[in-house]
Amino acid sequence: MNKTENQRAWFFVAPVLVLVAFNALIPLMTVVNYSVQETFGNNVFFWQGVGWFEQLLHSERFQAALGRQIVFTAIILAIEIPLGVAIALTMPRKGPWVSVCLVLMALPLLIPWNVVGAMWNIFALPEIGLLGRAINALGIDYNMTQQPLAAWFTTILMDVWHWTSLVVLLAYAGLISIPDAYYQAAEIDGARPWAVFRYIQLPKMKQVLTIAILLRFIDSFMIYTEPFVLTGGGPGNATTFLSIDLVKVALGQFDLGPAAAMSLIYFIMTLLASWVFYTVMTKNDAR
Amino acid sequence: MRRAIWLVPTLYIVFLMLPIYWLLNMSFKTTNEILGGFTLWPHDFTVANYVTIYSDPTWYLGYVNSLTYVSLNTVISVGLALPAAYAFSRYRFVGDKHLFFWLLTNRMAPPAVFALPFFQLYSAVNLFDTHIAVALAHTLFNIPLAVWILEGFMSGVPKELDEAAYVDGYSFPRFFFKIFVPAIKSGIGVAAFFCFMFSWVELLLAKTLTSVEAKPIAATMTRTASTAGYDLGLLAAAGCLTIIPGAIVIYFVRNYIAKGFALGRV
Amino acid sequence: MAKIGLRKLRHSYLTNPTVDADWAVKEIDIDWSDGGAYALLGPSGCGKTTLLNIISGLLTPSEGRILFDERDVTALAPVERNIAQVFQFPVIYDTMTVYDNLAFPLRNRGVDKARVDRRVREIATLLELDDMLSRRAAGLTADGKQKISMGRGLVRDDVNVMMFDEPLTVIDPHLKWKLRSKLKELHQRVRATMIYVTHDQTEALTFADQVVVMREGEVVQIGTPVELFERPAHTFVGHFIGSPGMNVLPCRIRDGGAFVDDCHVPLVEKLVSQDVAGQLELGVRPEFVRFVDDGVPAQVVRIADTGRHRVVETRAGGARVFVLCGDDEVIPEGATHLAFDPAHTGIYADSWLIGGGGPAQ
Repeated sequence: MNKTENQRAWFFVAPVLVLVAFNALIPLMTVVNYSVQETFGNNVFFWQGVGWFEQLLHSERFQAALGRQIVFTAIILAIEIPLGVAIALTMPRKGPWVSVCLVLMALPLLIPWNVVGAMWNIFALPEIGLLGRAINALGIDYNMTQQPLAAWFTTILMDVWHWTSLVVLLAYAGLISIPDAYYQAAEIDGARPWAVFRYIQLPKMKQVLTIAILLRFIDSFMIYTEPFVLTGGGPGNATTFLSIDLVKVALGQFDLGPAAAMSLIYFIMTLLASWVFYTVMTKNDAR
Repeated sequence: MRRAIWLVPTLYIVFLMLPIYWLLNMSFKTTNEILGGFTLWPHDFTVANYVTIYSDPTWYLGYVNSLTYVSLNTVISVGLALPAAYAFSRYRFVGDKHLFFWLLTNRMAPPAVFALPFFQLYSAVNLFDTHIAVALAHTLFNIPLAVWILEGFMSGVPKELDEAAYVDGYSFPRFFFKIFVPAIKSGIGVAAFFCFMFSWVELLLAKTLTSVEAKPIAATMTRTASTAGYDLGLLAAAGCLTIIPGAIVIYFVRNYIAKGFALGRV
Repeated sequence: MAKIGLRKLRHSYLTNPTVDADWAVKEIDIDWSDGGAYALLGPSGCGKTTLLNIISGLLTPSEGRILFDERDVTALAPVERNIAQVFQFPVIYDTMTVYDNLAFPLRNRGVDKARVDRRVREIATLLELDDMLSRRAAGLTADGKQKISMGRGLVRDDVNVMMFDEPLTVIDPHLKWKLRSKLKELHQRVRATMIYVTHDQTEALTFADQVVVMREGEVVQIGTPVELFERPAHTFVGHFIGSPGMNVLPCRIRDGGAFVDDCHVPLVEKLVSQDVAGQLELGVRPEFVRFVDDGVPAQVVRIADTGRHRVVETRAGGARVFVLCGDDEVIPEGATHLAFDPAHTGIYADSWLIGGGGPAQ
């Protein structure tokens, strides 16, 4: 669509900007402010400079949490994106079952995050949980409150349960927007199912998959509520991801400076990774 | 093999329903049955947990509070996003290119640490523990989302509609509300759905900005889990009740969900 | 290449069609010979695309058979029928280059590399795409993309039939005629059986050797462009083809002659009045109406100058009658009389041609 060049359009955007500035910029500035100061309580602050940042980047604890976070996000993306696409591909395109599928699949997305954690806690507990019981009945010793591996397994399964539907819905939306003629042409051209997927479905899903990957990256990188309720970051520090560690520092030990510095680093990392991915994905379109 | 393809979504849905069933199952059990042993369905069926929630104002007011700020947020987000989305879809101006990325940056602020500045900010403007505080805080991620979705729908409305209206002598506000808004009705529905959804599931900010008066239901739950020991049946019942509003909303927009996801540009 | 036969073909999108209107295609029998250029012409919703999809195998007909060279292909999938189809909107594989797009149908069939390369270059030259072979197909204009879709059919030299479903819909008007003549040229060079679906009479009449006019799921007439023009078998064909369409006036038959407004209209052949039943109408194209001093009384209503000729609207015999006049002709004002060329005047009963003029059958 040909758009009119019109700087007055800012007028329409102004209320939104004011609100976002209030909500995003002021807290961000506060955090920046904390990050360069030291406090011993009583609202007395001392200039600290980039000290917190240096200290943090060399801290083993931060590195460990970051490492866990990266591994977790990588696993989540590696499972949820292909799985979501596969489910979207097998979903019915028309008929009464479409609505049934969509409603049931979207359900996990609408459950408050701490309820998701609590639900999975109840579901996975070895004594009273269906999942815990079932796994133990298979002869596998499974206790997510004590075994790090079991805790990881449960956390990942919970996230797959919670968020794969988002990928499914996005991929499905991309799929149903492909006109029938494409499938018919492919059929006439003698394309096998794999070729149809590779040359028609995947290219047409590219935009929605970009959104899906970005959203899943960001949200899984900042995951907090669900694992906190499910495992509390344990056993030990096994499932202490960045956000959980951050809150431990900020609220538990009330070290505002390091916590602020940490969240800034965190924010910048997420921003950079997303930006790189976003530019790469959208650059191809321009050509 | 083609015949068995329906198995994939079916198995997935079964996987999705299992934890929900388990929660439902727990909510109808007595504490004795829960702790006493492992049963696949409630043998000692009871609705006592639900009665407790229904009769205790700290419980049911939690629902009222949540629904209040969620509704407020939806109205504010969609209301402010409408003109902004119109600008993005109709005009070219400095900084309009990266709408989608802007949406993302607002999601990137780790809420865990931004909670404290939020608390200070809303205390400073005397809004702490009010519904409007939570509603305003949630616009942080909901407004960009609503702008993004609405922009997608608005771009689908031909510009000729605007021009025809001006030629017919409509003023801008009259055109906007009488002609344009009805033309993107389903878009507004989809945007409202997503605002509702993200405001409803968010807890961290909602918990930080409230203490008594506007305390959300999900926060009431965490308190119960920690103070009243481990009353799993009650917790499960409360959890089940939090699923219902989402289920109702999703039922109403079921025909637009897929469309809502498809629109919006990257 | 193959000749195509449709035998008692019927199709309905409903599972239990009952009334006539439930059928999207009503009983069709057609024979098309090998290497011909055919057009399916009709207004939107007349069933022409349905018929096309039945021939290509994208749809299975409710009843009837499709024969390719006398072989029954009704139950075969599109791939097995070995056909090619160009759709209304250009279908291309976005991520591939033009070259890969053209090579795709051959590669899918396991054709060896050298042959693929030779065919692709051959067809690219034919379609004037040679200098874009390495470009991404997504970056091409609509007509370029449509050429690629044609090319994907042309690369296979064993194609039984090539089908076009309104292929010029999204092409800019000034490129339309170019692509249209390209298509005609292609047909003459490759001599493939081609079926062209359109609602545009110009496209159909310029492309096809034989045009099938359809209406409400039925074939109303099959004929060469000249036949359709000079001897429409149905008033619908008369209306639909030609600009302006054929004039239709109520008439009566007496003593083997036709009368409009009690005025005798000469015909080439005599009609036997016993044969004649139903609602009678006389049809004559504006090209074959002249102003005369003695004939069917008429009233000139208005004159429109189209540049090439003038279209005069008159009222005669209770109907609107158009007359086509050259620039040098004198157009009378007010009351006048019309004469119809007997060789091009037909008599229609309940809209179907029952006799009258036209070249001898």
